Amino acid sequence: MSKREITLSINGKTHTGAIEPRVSLLDFLRDEVGLTGTHVGCEHGVCGACSILLDDVPIRSCLMLAVQADGHAVTTVEGLSNQDGSPGALQDAFQDAHGMQCGYCTPGMLISAQALLADNPDPSVDEIKDAIGGNLCRCTGYVQIIESIQLAASRLREAGQ
Amino acid sequence: MAREDATGVSVKAAKFDYILAESVEEVVATLDRGDGEAIVIAGGQSLMPMLAMRLATPAMVIDINNIAHLSGIDVRADEAVIMACTRQATALASPQVQARLPLLAKAISYVGHQQTRNRGTVGGSLSHADPASEIPLAALTMDARVSLASASGTRQVALADFFLGPMMSARADNEILLSVHFPLGSNDTRMGTAFHEVSERKGDFAVVAAAAQIQLDANGLCSKAALAIGGVDGVPRRITGLEARLLGSRIDQDKIRAALPEIANAITPGDDQHASAAYRRRVAGVLAERALLEAVAEAEQ
Ligand code: FES
Ligand code: FES
Repeated sequence: MSKREITLSINGKTHTGAIEPRVSLLDFLRDEVGLTGTHVGCEHGVCGACSILLDDVPIRSCLMLAVQADGHAVTTVEGLSNQDGSPGALQDAFQDAHGMQCGYCTPGMLISAQALLADNPDPSVDEIKDAIGGNLCRCTGYVQIIESIQLAASRLREAGQ
Repeated sequence: MAREDATGVSVKAAKFDYILAESVEEVVATLDRGDGEAIVIAGGQSLMPMLAMRLATPAMVIDINNIAHLSGIDVRADEAVIMACTRQATALASPQVQARLPLLAKAISYVGHQQTRNRGTVGGSLSHADPASEIPLAALTMDARVSLASASGTRQVALADFFLGPMMSARADNEILLSVHFPLGSNDTRMGTAFHEVSERKGDFAVVAAAAQIQLDANGLCSKAALAIGGVDGVPRRITGLEARLLGSRIDQDKIRAALPEIANAITPGDDQHASAAYRRRVAGVLAERALLEAVAEAEQ
């Protein structure tokens, strides 16, 4: 079956590639584009490790065909760092508040948290739980993950004042 | 599960032809040509796992996401129409849905997570016909109808006749679900709704779910009662025997409890790894009572 050419924005850069229609957006990002920050977990929509932003809203990249992202804007965890490549506010907070253990769920957690804070700069614990409800942490470090998101939110609010 | 194609890119699904449809006419013509081997993809939240696990190996996948008029919510005089490709997140956030279709909004808040609601569609959930999913249960309770189109025309089917079994519906292989139509009472109807669910974690499919929609007349007597239970059978079930016993009465806890045995007659729950049939029967009664009481209280406000 022939490949299809697609053009999409990935972390602000335009990317053109040719891909078989059956390839998921997740596998396209990792294997074709080489952005391996987005993690492969269950590959059928259960764990949230593959979360990315599609046109600024969080989705699961294993549940979408790469060809369906043609013409859209994708943000992966790599896109959450600062311009100079240093860790962004959420990434810093996860490091400081021990928001990761093995790190497998972390890219998905960061993406969900990014989407939350974009809408809601001062979320309650319940709102944070709801936002990361679709992300499984096999290490079960949920308390520190919530604290990390709270820390990032308070730092971002202070910086904004 | 992962395999690689010749260029080293991981693949899961079997090969298929991908058709990015520009119109409904193109979709139905392609479905006809596919002769059972073509499948429509909308949000993909159920189909993508089926493709990845090769439970579905269609020859053609028809993408309807670019057909603009298949998305949208339209409230008319006597019905609200939700087009099939409307995202669940869009419906949930819609002030029109919250005001005029409150039971649907309550149900969608139990569907998956933000990541899946941002892609998953209202029509896709109905079309998939999972007996444990929330949108089919709410829409059945609301007496909704679906529009189905094929190359030979369009027809409407009441949801009461639509669900035939687990993942099985009256939609033929050559038909696409275009829209779902919810009848609307007049704006001043005293209506109350409630949705209750037991699942392993929030966002999971229901082990048991109950949806209720109650209308009261000016004297506070029940002029319309709808109760449906999901997760307890091959299809979401309306409990018409119970509805009939509430109709015309002043609904209170005693009245509801007296009618609850009707549920046991109407459902055939199974045992699985999530729960036993006995547990499902018990929880169905508890959730039904809760949903009915809450719907009545809301209607009385
Ligand atoms: S890899 Fe996509 S949800 Fe698990
Ligand atoms: S840190 Fe290990 S899975 Fe979350």
